[in-house]
Amino acid sequence: MRKFLAAGVIALSTSVAGGAFAEPVKIGMITTLSGGGAGLGVDVRDGFMLALKQAGNSEVELIVEDDARKPELAVQIADKMIQSDKVDILTGIIWSNLAMAVVPNAVNQGTFYLSPNAGPSALAGANCNKNYFNVAWQNDNLHEAAGAYAAEAGYKKVFIMAPNYPAGTDALTGFKRFYEGDLANEVYTKLGQTDYAAEIAQIRASGADAVFFFLPGGMGIAFMKQYAQSGVELPLVGPAFSFSQDILGAVGDAAIGVKNTSQWSKDIDNDTNKAFVETFQAEYGRLPSLYASQGFDTANLILSAAAKADVKDQDAFRAALKEADFSSTRGDFAFASNHHPIQDIYVREVIKEGDTLTNKIVGVALEDHQDAYAAECKM
Amino acid sequence: MQTALLIEQILNGLQFGVMLFLMAAGLTLIFGVMGLINLAHGSLYMIGAFACATVAAATGSFWLGLVASLAAAAAAGAIVEVTVIRRLYDRDHLDQVLATFALILIFSEGTRWVFGSFPLYLDIPPLLRGALPLPGGGAYPAYRLAIIGVGIAVAVGLYLLISRTRLGMRIRAGESDREMIAALGVDIRTLYTVVFALGAALAGLAGALVGALQSVQVGMGEPVLILAFVVIVIGGIGSIKGALVGAVLVGVIDTLGRFLLPVAFATFMDASSAAGIGAALASMLIYVFMALVLAIRPQGLFSAQG
Repeated sequence: MRKFLAAGVIALSTSVAGGAFAEPVKIGMITTLSGGGAGLGVDVRDGFMLALKQAGNSEVELIVEDDARKPELAVQIADKMIQSDKVDILTGIIWSNLAMAVVPNAVNQGTFYLSPNAGPSALAGANCNKNYFNVAWQNDNLHEAAGAYAAEAGYKKVFIMAPNYPAGTDALTGFKRFYEGDLANEVYTKLGQTDYAAEIAQIRASGADAVFFFLPGGMGIAFMKQYAQSGVELPLVGPAFSFSQDILGAVGDAAIGVKNTSQWSKDIDNDTNKAFVETFQAEYGRLPSLYASQGFDTANLILSAAAKADVKDQDAFRAALKEADFSSTRGDFAFASNHHPIQDIYVREVIKEGDTLTNKIVGVALEDHQDAYAAECKM
Repeated sequence: MQTALLIEQILNGLQFGVMLFLMAAGLTLIFGVMGLINLAHGSLYMIGAFACATVAAATGSFWLGLVASLAAAAAAGAIVEVTVIRRLYDRDHLDQVLATFALILIFSEGTRWVFGSFPLYLDIPPLLRGALPLPGGGAYPAYRLAIIGVGIAVAVGLYLLISRTRLGMRIRAGESDREMIAALGVDIRTLYTVVFALGAALAGLAGALVGALQSVQVGMGEPVLILAFVVIVIGGIGSIKGALVGAVLVGVIDTLGRFLLPVAFATFMDASSAAGIGAALASMLIYVFMALVLAIRPQGLFSAQG
């Protein structure tokens, strides 16, 4: 079964890639492979490489470098890749602050940038660029979906919390855009904070009926474990980042039953996704996370465009990217006028399958959702 | 409910402080006795957490994991002391910082090489799950109370060790005059290794205890290391008593600041900006406090040399 599916995917991808390209494509990937948060970068990279491997195309050259989550390092690597490696396309950055340091400069020099993760509002609105494509989501999207879900679930008084940095304020803004009830409290935590006792005490005293939180990576693991021990039993809602496959194992059973919002889940019912989950597991021995699906989709988008147009002919290549004529793990996928996705965002619930914690879709929070900044983008 | 909230927050501050004390005690002991600035102390904390998570996952027992964390961190400390740190005692602080920073990188990448980039799972032992009721209607996690208990026990134990035992006498002698105690025939090399391993074991214990509350991952030690340095600067470098007082002060100030500042700002501005500004100021609070202490008592609150 597994072999059959893998073969199917390879056949599918090569038919998309259509054999040889007009020109070889050189891709530079800057991502976080060391330090805190390396799990995200590893998943994006592995998803991306899986797609390239399945396409089996020798005319794609990929250079991967580690930014260690440091903006200054990411800028140096980007300069090196553009100046001396002469890459056609940059991709890979996980964190919004790194994306803000690298992307504007890179796209102004005429290099394509395809974001497999970060989607800061600044790059979606007034500062959008014709060479910048976001294949994941605009930062606010999953939080907007969480707000819509909270409103639909009938929560009247939600306690909301995020780290005090740009993506954190984007998160709470996004949540409030679609949530209709009152706020019990609005709390900003320190970025990288690992002890949430003080915030949990406030949640206990606030009289809230639910808690929304955006705490990516290790921060979310710490919060979930401490929340489970605190004796506070309010329902939790959050974006997928604290419940993605890469960290669910570390959160443990405390996560079971939590509702979270995501544009991707391993049980989205389409052939590409099924094959992706199957082959990813066979290749790397673990279940893919949403980050892996984003890396996979980014690579397939590049392959689809390269099959249609020469990457050196920028206008034609850009038009080919814009068409998004690839088979996405998310099913329907299209670009809005600001080159950010129009896609469904699902509500997932954390469940236990055998011994493994994972997510299953329980509903759709927002259909064909587009970000709120597209109108400000003049391209 | 407001009193219950306040009691809970003070307990939170105390628990945070006690955890910082476990880190700072080793750091200040090593600085006091050997005059060494050890940036790699955070790596020993990480080793403790990883050892605990690995053994707990293999055996199913958190307590065996705890023993393993003490053993692994002490062993790592002793090995590092014998192979690297020993060559640094006569060098100036800049060389020590450089070499121990290199150790951080080696330990971090080594751990990643062995365990991978994804965080490990470590859960609280069944005995300490759940929350205990507080007077006034709140509740408090049993595990955090246990951490406070462990911290107090370690503080008492260290006090007895240093004031009542032969080893403690040598440590004190080493703090006041290194050359003289060597001249008196005390095996100073072994003493240094023992002190370093003791400091490392305390860091490993802190790592294991905190690992069950937070996440066990590469790089977890460095944020704590910075706070531990703040603690020993406030408490007075080289003083265990200073480390205890400094740690509890930092813990309580940080926790109450995070809780009270946004509330205070909300009295005269809208809730959303109060939350943002209050949180930003709260994260600076302990550094402001450190600057104040340095301005008034540059040697720290309880300087060992003062």
